[in-house]
This record gives sequence, C-alpha cells and structure tokens, in this order.
Amino acid sequence: MNGCGRREFLGRLAALAAVPTGLQVQDSLAGRGDVGTLRDPYSAGQPREVTRIEDYDERIKAIEHRLACNCGCTLDVFTCRTTDFTCTYSPKLHREVVAMDKAGKSAQEILDAFVAEYGEKALMAPKPEGFNLWGYLLPGSLILAAGAGLFAFVSRRRVVVAAAGTEAPGAQPSGTSSTATPEELERLRQALAEVED
Amino acid sequence: MTLLGQFALWVALLLGVWSAAVAFSGRWQGREELRGSISGAVYGTFAALAVAALALWKGLVTHDFNIEYVAAYTSRNLPSGYIVSALWAGQKGSLLFWALVLSLFASLAQLLTPRRYAALLPYVAGVTSAVTAFFVCTMIFAANPFERLAFTPADGRGLNPQLQNPGMMIHPPMLYLGYISITIPFAFAVAALLSRSLDTGWIHAIRKWTLVSWLFLSIGITLGMWWAYVELGWGGYWAWDPVENASLLPWLTMTAFLHSVMIQEKRGMLKRWNLGLIIGTFLLSIFGTFITRSGVIASVHSFTQSNVGYFFLAFLAVSGILAFTLLYTRWPSLRAEVQLDSMLSREAAFLFNNLLLVGVAFSVLWGTLFPILSELVKGTKITVGPPFFNRVNIPIGLLLLALTGVGPLIAWRKASAANLRRQFTAPVAAGLVTLTGLLASGMRDFYAIMALALAGFVAGTIVQEFWRGVRARRRMHGESVPLAFTRLIGRNRRRYGGYLVHVGVLIYFVAFSGMAFKREMEATLKPGQSVQLQSPFGHTYTLTHMGVSQFEALNRVVSAATVSVMRDGKSEGLMTSEKRQHVDSFKRPTFEPSTEVGIRSGLQEDLYITYAGSVNGTEEAVYRFTINPLVWWLWFGGFVLVFGGVVTMWPGGGQTVTSPRRAVAGYEVALVGGDRE
Repeated sequence: MNGCGRREFLGRLAALAAVPTGLQVQDSLAGRGDVGTLRDPYSAGQPREVTRIEDYDERIKAIEHRLACNCGCTLDVFTCRTTDFTCTYSPKLHREVVAMDKAGKSAQEILDAFVAEYGEKALMAPKPEGFNLWGYLLPGSLILAAGAGLFAFVSRRRVVVAAAGTEAPGAQPSGTSSTATPEELERLRQALAEVED
Repeated sequence: MTLLGQFALWVALLLGVWSAAVAFSGRWQGREELRGSISGAVYGTFAALAVAALALWKGLVTHDFNIEYVAAYTSRNLPSGYIVSALWAGQKGSLLFWALVLSLFASLAQLLTPRRYAALLPYVAGVTSAVTAFFVCTMIFAANPFERLAFTPADGRGLNPQLQNPGMMIHPPMLYLGYISITIPFAFAVAALLSRSLDTGWIHAIRKWTLVSWLFLSIGITLGMWWAYVELGWGGYWAWDPVENASLLPWLTMTAFLHSVMIQEKRGMLKRWNLGLIIGTFLLSIFGTFITRSGVIASVHSFTQSNVGYFFLAFLAVSGILAFTLLYTRWPSLRAEVQLDSMLSREAAFLFNNLLLVGVAFSVLWGTLFPILSELVKGTKITVGPPFFNRVNIPIGLLLLALTGVGPLIAWRKASAANLRRQFTAPVAAGLVTLTGLLASGMRDFYAIMALALAGFVAGTIVQEFWRGVRARRRMHGESVPLAFTRLIGRNRRRYGGYLVHVGVLIYFVAFSGMAFKREMEATLKPGQSVQLQSPFGHTYTLTHMGVSQFEALNRVVSAATVSVMRDGKSEGLMTSEKRQHVDSFKRPTFEPSTEVGIRSGLQEDLYITYAGSVNGTEEAVYRFTINPLVWWLWFGGFVLVFGGVVTMWPGGGQTVTSPRRAVAGYEVALVGGDRE
C-alpha cells in the first residue's frame, strides 16, 4: 500500500466501502500485481478513471437509471456510461448527479434539477401527469373499454336470443347430431372426455 | 457489372409495373395468355433482381471500391463472411436484398399455391409486383446500390464493428424474411377482397405463409435479442428501443391472427377482424422499415438512416388507405356466420387473447410514437424508455400469459361449470404451489412472482393436455407412453405444436422475470487484484484481474483483459473481454474502439464481464461485472418456440382443410378422424 496514488487510494476505498452491500475487494495477490504499460493505449479506448464508491453506489445508480443520456444512445445515464465508453455526456451527467447527491439533495430533487436544466427529456420516462397521462393510461383504458364493450355486447345478445327463444343464425344445437345415435354419442363422449372439453 | 446491375433493376421495375397493371386491370379474365404473362412477369422480376444481387455481390467480393456501397461497407481486410453479409449491412444493399427475397416469395406463391385457389393468383401477383416495384423504384431513384464514386479509394471504410458478429449474418436476414413474407398473406387478403372470394379459402391458402412469416419474425427477434446481449455490451437484451419495438409489432398482430383465424375456420366468425389483422400486420412491417430507415426516432439499431424513410411513409399511407377502403367496400359480405354464444367459451378466450395482443401492439406503438406526439401537442421533447414500457406493458403481458393457459382448455361455444372445474383444478393448483414456493423462498418482486406463478399455471395446463392425450391414446390404441406421445403430436401437429409454442412463451416469461434480480458493479483492478460479487442464487464469484494483453488480428488491434473466475471457491477458468480498434488494410483506424464482452452462461445465471478501458494507459483495468439470472432460458425458450412452430407447420399429420371445419359438434370430427384437433 505504500506509495499508492490518490486515484488508487480512492479506488481501494471505494472497493472496501462495498463490503456492507455484499461486494468486497480482496488483495489476495498483493505485491504480485505489476502494472504494465499498454503498447497501444489508444486502441484500448478512452482513458478511464479509477472507479470510486459513488460510481456504483446503489442510490446513485437508481437515480441514473431514471435519467436519459443526451448523447442520442437511448440508454439511461448509468447504462450508457458503463456501456458506450466513447460517450462523453454520460460521465459528465454522472458527475452532476454525484455533486448534487453530495450537496445533500434527495433523489427527487436531483431528478427535478435535471428536468429544470435539460427539460423533460432528461427523464427516462415522462412524469405521469398532464398530457403524459394519456401515454400511460390510454392503452390499458382502451383494452378495458374494448373488453367491457365485448362483454356487454355478448351479454345483451344472449338476452335477446333467449327472449326470442331461438338459436343464433347459423348455430347448430350443441351436443346433438342428426347422424349419430345416442349410443355413439355416449361412446364418443367418453373417449373425447380424455382429450378435450 | 454495375451496368448490368442497373439494367437488371430497370428490367425488374418494368416487369413489376406490367404485372401489377395487368393484374389490377382485370383484363386477364378469360385471356389465358395475359394470365400467363402476369405470372411470367413475376418470375422474370425475380430473375432480374437475382442478376442485380449477383452483380452487387461480385462488386463486394472483388473489392470494387469505385462502387460507393462497396467502399462504404467493406474493406480489403474484412473477413469473407462479412463481405457476403455486407449485402444487407447498408441501406441500399438491404433494399436490394428485400426486393430479391420478395420476388422469390412472390414466385413461390405462384408456383406452390394449390390450383383450387388459382382465381386469386393474378391478384396476388399484382400486389406482390406492386410492392416489389415500389422497392425497386426506391432503389433506382433514391438509394441506388450501383452508384459509382468519382474516384476509386485504395480501401473501403469497412463494416461497423457492431455488425461484425456472426449473429448479424443471420439476424437481419431472418427479420427481413419475416417482414417480407408478410406481403404474401397480405396479397392473398387483397386478392380475396378484390375477387370477392370471401369464404375461408384465402385463409387456407395463406396458412403456411403466415406460419413461415411468424417463424422468421420469431427467429429474427430472438437473434436480435442475442445480438444486443453479446454485442452492444449493456448487459441486457431488450431495451424497448424503437427498432426493437418495430419488429415486435407485426409479430404481435401476426400472433393474434394465428389465433383468431382458428375461430374463423371453426365457427365462421371474425372475418373482418382477420382481414384487418393481416392488413395491419403488413402495414406494421412497412412501418418498422420506415422507423429503421428514417431516423425519425433515435435508435441504437439504426445503421441505415436516410431520406428513403419518407418513401416508406408515403407507401405506408397509400397502401393503408387503399387496403382499408377495399375492406370497407366488402364489409357487408363479411358478416359472421354465427355469433358468440358465451363469454365462457374458447372463442371468447381467443377474442380476449386477440384483444390483449392487439392491445400490447397498440401500447408499444403508442409508446414508440408518444415522444413525437408530445412534441406536437406540448412542444416538449420527452424520452419514453424502458420504465414507461414496463409500467404499461407488463400488466398486459401477464394477463396474456394467463390467457395462454386458459384459451386451450376452455370448451368451444360454452363451457359448463363441470368443464371448468375439471380443466382448471390441477393447473390452478400448480400456479398456487409455485406462488407459495416463491413467497416462502423470500421473493418479493411482485411482477416476477406473478410471472413465475402464472408460468406455473400455464405449464400445468400444457402438461395436463399432453398427459390426457397420451392417456387417451394408450386406452384407445394400447400404445406405450413414448409412442403415444409421439403419435399424439404427429397426428395433430397444429394443436400440440401450438402447445410447444406456448411452452416457449412461458419460458420467455420465466427468463424475463430473472432480470428483476440482475446484479451489477464496477471495479478498477490492477493485475492480481480481486473483487467479489454475490449472485441472487447465493453464489459468490471471486473475479481476479489477470492483466491486459494487446495483439493484432485480421482487421483490428485487440486489447484483451482477462479475468480469473472462481465460484464458491472453485475455479471456473478464465474469461476475456476485449476492446477492438478496427483498422483498414493500411492500419488506419476506421471506427471508434468497440467492446466485446465476456459471457459465461449457465442455467441459473450468466456472468457478464465488460472491459471498460484502462487507467492511464496501463494494465489497471476498469470493469463492469454483471450477473444476469436465467438468461440462458431465453435462448432455450426461443428454440422451443421455433421448434413448436416448425411442428405446427410441418406437412402432413393434420387434415388438409378445403372447407370450413366447424366446432359445433366435436364428436363428428372424432367419428371421421379418430383424433381431434
């Protein structure tokens, strides 16, 4: 541990802090891990910073899952910054979230601050209020309305048919046949009872 | 070769226009030579487009970088498999591929359709030729794959690294085949409307085509999920991205059709609805193409954006107006032969199943378009991402899963209380036992619990159906269990293949529920350092960073980060995740470095490792470690679903229906066939 830099120290601190959530860093091979230099750093993608505790803090992660990255990737901030490693927007947005969190803002206050700064598109899903309610409620409402309408239609029709004392046009009497004898029917019913109803 | 390709495109266009014009004019009636010329033009279109495709393939294979398309999507050092698949990697090539496959399907429809539907074929040829002509026209005037550059570059740009994946050699063609084959059922529907042959004949003529289309869409969607999972690197497989949604829409309506068509066959109901579904499915397939190509909605899957999208929008509008107007004019001739008798019947269950499938389709479409609508109405840009879609669609999806179990068990026409008791006691018990087990094990995620409990119920219904069928065969024919099981499926492939499809669907839901328990973390590790991650199944993974090695491969410089994996103290070997910097044959970088994830897949969970990059150009690596539960089951569910679909459409085994079979008296069917559908 001697001579470790600030970034390394923060990284280890971050890892140690993960212990209570079931994650822990061990240093079982300490002293054997020479850190070599890459021959071609450019081909390994953008230079990365050492992971800090706030980079995978569950609370921060939950907030970032609700915020959209504005690089055009259609992903949320957490997923983008841990997936599209060429994006420069999501790391910046992450730093903003962390800064607001450190300033003591609640999750909702952070989300509101993002909406105030970037507009409603900063949220992964629009707030269920005003016009947006149409978005959330219309599909379910239409399905319910169609289901209820179907139910009402069939129920009313059955009443009409019952009152008329007739079968529906084209319908044949169920359970009877002009070609089968009662014995055949009984035999078939027994056989078919095994495979159908 | 480009001249030959251009010429072939023009020939295909002229033949397509000729075929469509003669077919729709109706002059072919009573004139055999004109009738022959229509189908001849269909075959000729296919031949011309095959020549055009071969010309482009030759350009790709011979690295003719003077062709703009070849220079844009290939390079000299691109692996040969991807050179072949580059035909559909870009906008212009994929349009040619689309037109080629459509003309092939159109020719097959002319060749393979039984002669009893011959009256429909000229109109079918007219519709397929019109659609093919549209695609060729779009190519010639807006996206010509044979366009030449003013100079010849020494090397091409190469293929987007995300498309350099074996899945991308299969996934787009499968999805295209699904989209394209929808045109054939649509053509038969229009032909039935035009010729006023509105009995069930057209439905029987398209049965195989609808299944083929549904199968290709299913394979394409599943492969798309697999590609997103292994290639995009975000640790998931479905993000409700507009392009993903666009592929789901026709699949949903086609699934609805495959159910509702049974009601028309057996009861003579839902004729208008079925025609509407087929028309809607075709329009949704065009809508998907529009979404993919227009760039009107941002998507991680769009590799082919241009103004061509608006050609599709216009085509969508025109074909929608024409098709629905035609349906409207035939409306009175499409009355149901019987009416629904009871809400407690299989017809009603299928109706609700259709309602939910179309409801989900509407909901997905609504969510996909809602950002545009919001901007139009409020002037505010919004993002509609997974939280929205999950909130709206998961409850509908669970209802649909429940109906997957209810539909096949409930009686036609009207179910009695005794029928319901007899059919549902065991499956409901299976669902309740699953529910109790999950709650007892401490699971608390509501939607995951509901999905798994309903999966238990549906599994109960399917097992019960197979068990009863096998038992009946054993009693009636004295067969052994394996023989009875095999013959049960073989004699009634449609019914039991359908059950296998349902098994695939319920496995999907089980796999989906697993993602509620996903675990992920980031870590920065020097060689030799380790991190531990707890899985939802209670396993402890110890992940030790071994170092980063760099080497050159055929068309890329690879930085490979290796991790030693131990699970519960036992070594599981090494896993590698890579950064790839693709280069052209002059070693010049072509794209931004891409990421290749490392995946160790198991029945319980996948360990998913992503190398994010290095600190200060050293071997100190930043990783994202993810544990994705039950993902393996998604791929297995896809396999079962497709296998069930193949069983359903396999020739023979069932009756070749030439007239409506009515479910008014099941015993009559049993008397004739011995087996019942």
